[in-house]
Amino acid sequence: MRRTLVALACALVVGVAAVAWSTRDVSAQATLVARGAELYAQTCSDCHGADLRGLPGRGPSLRGVGTAATDFYLSTGRMPLARPGIEPPRADPVFGPRDIQALIAYVAQRGGPGGPAIPAVDPARGDVAEGRRLFTDSCSGCHQIMGRGGAAPGLVAPALTDVTPRQVGEAVRVGPYLMPRFGARQLDDGQVDSIARYVTDVVQDPPDRGGWGIGHLGPVAEGAIAFLLAGSVLLLITRLVGERARS
Amino acid sequence: MKALIARLAVLVGVLRGVAHPTAPPAPDQGDGVDPRRYETGSPAWAEPLVAGLLIAAGALLTTFGVLIAADANTQLLGLALGLGLAALAAGLIIAGRRVAPRETAVEHRPIAEPREEQRALEAELRRAGDGVSRRGLLTAAAGTAGVGAITAAALPLTALGPSPAVLDETSRWRDGIRLVDEDDQPVSADALADGAFLTAFPEGADKRELGSPIVVVRVAPATLRLPADRRGWAPEGLLAYSKICTHAGCAVSLFRKPIDEELSSPPGLVCPCHYSTFDVRRAAKPVFGPASRPLPQLPLKLDAERNLVAAGPLSGSVGPAWWGTKGRHA
Amino acid sequence: MVGDEGTPRVTSRPAEHEQEHEHDPVAFVGDRVRSSGALRAALRYVFPDHWSFLLGELALYSFMVLVATGAFLALFFHASSTEVVWHGPYAPLDGARVSGAYASALDLSFKVPGGLLLRQTHHWAALVFLVAIVLHLLRIFYTAAFRRPREINYMIGVTLMGVAILEGYVGYSLLDDLLSGMGLAIGNGAALSIPGVGGGLGTLIWDGPFPGGDAFLPRLLFVHVFVLPALIAILIAVHLTLIIRPHHTQFAGPGRREDNVVGSPLWPGYALRSLGLFAAVAGLLVLLGGLVQINPVWEWGPYQPWLGENGAQPDWYLGWLIGALRLMPNLEVHAFGRTLVPNPFFGGLLFPTVVFMVLYAWPWLEERVFARGDRAHHHLLDRPRDNPRRTGFATAFLTWVAVVFLAGSADRAFLAFGVDYELQVRIFRVLFFVAPPIAYVIARRAAAELRRRG
Repeated sequence: MRRTLVALACALVVGVAAVAWSTRDVSAQATLVARGAELYAQTCSDCHGADLRGLPGRGPSLRGVGTAATDFYLSTGRMPLARPGIEPPRADPVFGPRDIQALIAYVAQRGGPGGPAIPAVDPARGDVAEGRRLFTDSCSGCHQIMGRGGAAPGLVAPALTDVTPRQVGEAVRVGPYLMPRFGARQLDDGQVDSIARYVTDVVQDPPDRGGWGIGHLGPVAEGAIAFLLAGSVLLLITRLVGERARS
Repeated sequence: MKALIARLAVLVGVLRGVAHPTAPPAPDQGDGVDPRRYETGSPAWAEPLVAGLLIAAGALLTTFGVLIAADANTQLLGLALGLGLAALAAGLIIAGRRVAPRETAVEHRPIAEPREEQRALEAELRRAGDGVSRRGLLTAAAGTAGVGAITAAALPLTALGPSPAVLDETSRWRDGIRLVDEDDQPVSADALADGAFLTAFPEGADKRELGSPIVVVRVAPATLRLPADRRGWAPEGLLAYSKICTHAGCAVSLFRKPIDEELSSPPGLVCPCHYSTFDVRRAAKPVFGPASRPLPQLPLKLDAERNLVAAGPLSGSVGPAWWGTKGRHA
Repeated sequence: MVGDEGTPRVTSRPAEHEQEHEHDPVAFVGDRVRSSGALRAALRYVFPDHWSFLLGELALYSFMVLVATGAFLALFFHASSTEVVWHGPYAPLDGARVSGAYASALDLSFKVPGGLLLRQTHHWAALVFLVAIVLHLLRIFYTAAFRRPREINYMIGVTLMGVAILEGYVGYSLLDDLLSGMGLAIGNGAALSIPGVGGGLGTLIWDGPFPGGDAFLPRLLFVHVFVLPALIAILIAVHLTLIIRPHHTQFAGPGRREDNVVGSPLWPGYALRSLGLFAAVAGLLVLLGGLVQINPVWEWGPYQPWLGENGAQPDWYLGWLIGALRLMPNLEVHAFGRTLVPNPFFGGLLFPTVVFMVLYAWPWLEERVFARGDRAHHHLLDRPRDNPRRTGFATAFLTWVAVVFLAGSADRAFLAFGVDYELQVRIFRVLFFVAPPIAYVIARRAAAELRRRG
């Protein structure tokens, strides 16, 4: 009997605690979404619309974009955008991590399910040799083989020298701006880890055995050095050597 | 404005240094040449400095040898050898300018001399034609012989290489050939999301042949603008084109795929060498850059496992054109 | 001390003679070689005192560094297209399947002691070789050193520049990395585009369709280490001989006349300075080779025909060709549904042919256009201001080539300044026609103004 009572009491305590905990969680989530709604109304709705359906000529719909997209655009500082219609360069994020969380929560709740979720990317699990091969196959056409960025008619592919592994994974899954999109059945999570490993180990920390890497831009930078540096040094030397000394 | 140009011109002249040696000729004194005809002797610092530089050069070059043996890194090796050579250069230059006798000499220019010997030589050569009456005929005949000799040398040379006909035979794409990725795995239609971009090859073929690599992309089927006879070539909006640019043969390795077409550029495949751009929805019609032929298209179909399979050969010749390649809309 | 030319010495007391100079190395060699008066004349050969006469020497010394470093590299480079699995201390490529050529380039960079230093020095030397050649050509151009009687030698110089460009292209194409493969693909496209013979020529050179048969890389190596260097060496020898025959030109000045040369004799001061210049060129190139990374083939990775990267560029001396290929609108000549003249022909072959034709024709243009009717021999150089018309034309021509050259790196400028690439191409197409006349007017007026001031 006593035992039963103790057990009941314990169950009651645990139950109450659990309910209290979960309502606290729910209310925390509600606060987050509310904060997100407030930020959205202030900074996003002008282009993406109060209902997240986008406004023609100003901004695309955000319904069902997924948390990866929201996190990518906000954490790379590309959103919010002062003027709509241009592809912005990478910048320092406008919002702190907490506000980004709030916006992600709000867009996810209002926009409904759909797009890819924030992937868990861990370069340490990746293989750098596989990463190099995949990067060459799928990424270097735009981003340049050392991730220094590139150009083409109507597009700029940004440099990858400052991106985080998570942003690499998000971009692969989302295909932001003019980038193609790679689903999990084309590049699995392990392969994304490998690409992130290549980005952190080679793109962001190139092992420059040969000396000063001159921006890893290839022959353009090399030609500039040959002309401007070597050329001027040699001209100086010839001026020195060209005549007999004047005493 | 005129003054500005003049100043700019003076600056350019000074920078080029070409102005330097040509101060207006001084009034002629004797032969007018530098009075410092021959100088010897050197400042007190010069000889010890040269000796020091040469010793330093020796030490650095020896160090280079030691570092090579020790398998030191490239930067140390470069510093030792480069600075050694630089010290040697400094030593030699100072020796040449300050220590060795300095002399300004005047040399006669031999070519300005009467050219009797040369005239005699020319006459000797011309004597070959003495007494020849039909000079024109013989010259023409000799020319014919020369052309024949060149032809005899050149034609076998072209026969050494494989016939250019091999250029036409590089594609292994036929109806029913499965698409595989770089690891020889079949390509499932479901692996390709909207906006996907993938390189594929004909199963069992040599991937390095120019006709092998293709790009597969997926766009919304409703947006396709393929010609009428290619209506069935892109199941579910999956399009396949040769990956080799029809301009100069680089790999078309950019896929421009806008998330919002209104705010940016339309979808296109771009070659990174000269930025030829092909509209994927209109059968890879060239829309920018130097390429003038579309990328050959590969008709696709899906098999029972929803893997991608070729539904026929490529629509035209692969890669850069040559004399006689089938034309613009082949 | 040395026997006089033409009077064979009939021995007179040899024992005493040898005793006299027992410890003199000059006499030791002289007694055995019996050198002629030609050597003495060479030692007294007079070099005019002006720095700009050394630009050609810079090129010569770069070439010597190229030969020395190249001889070392050739001992380790393996021109094979056979696939191997590479293992080495660079993780991103450890276990990669690559061609034998690329693997040996990696070995040179990672395993051979001093290999990377010499590889990089060799590549810097190639870039600087062509920088020096171009600077030398500019001097010849603006001072009219190409005039009679030096037209033949000028043309040999222009030929040398063309061969050097080809040699550089073949060299960086050998390594079979991503950049060299992309460069070869374009080279193949240009070769195929030659009207009539392109298809046959392309398959002949490449031993089949691109990317080429097994014979291709060994062929390329043979051309790079033997055919073209031998040609360059022979042309340099002829070039120098033809300089020495009429002697150097000189700038006008006190005592300087058409029929003399005033300056420093070769021995000893000039020889020491020139040797010093050689050491300086070598030293600079080795310092660059050790401290500034060039063509890191491990970063580019191995080439496959389906791979490409953004911003791929050739070495600088081919920048004007990629510029021409990019600027050319998408014209092709078609007839009866067949391509007759493919597009790469215009930018890749026609444009460089025109540039070289203009260069070759320059002495002829001098006599017909810049200094009409002037058939005299000239050994005194003009200054750029002395003939504003020539200076104007030279500047216009160089501007024309420079515009195309800059268009080749427009994509990089795009990134740096945010100018749209399509807009850039349009601007360069306009500049192609507009910039040369503007350059002509400015250069001509500047030269005339300078001449007015003396």
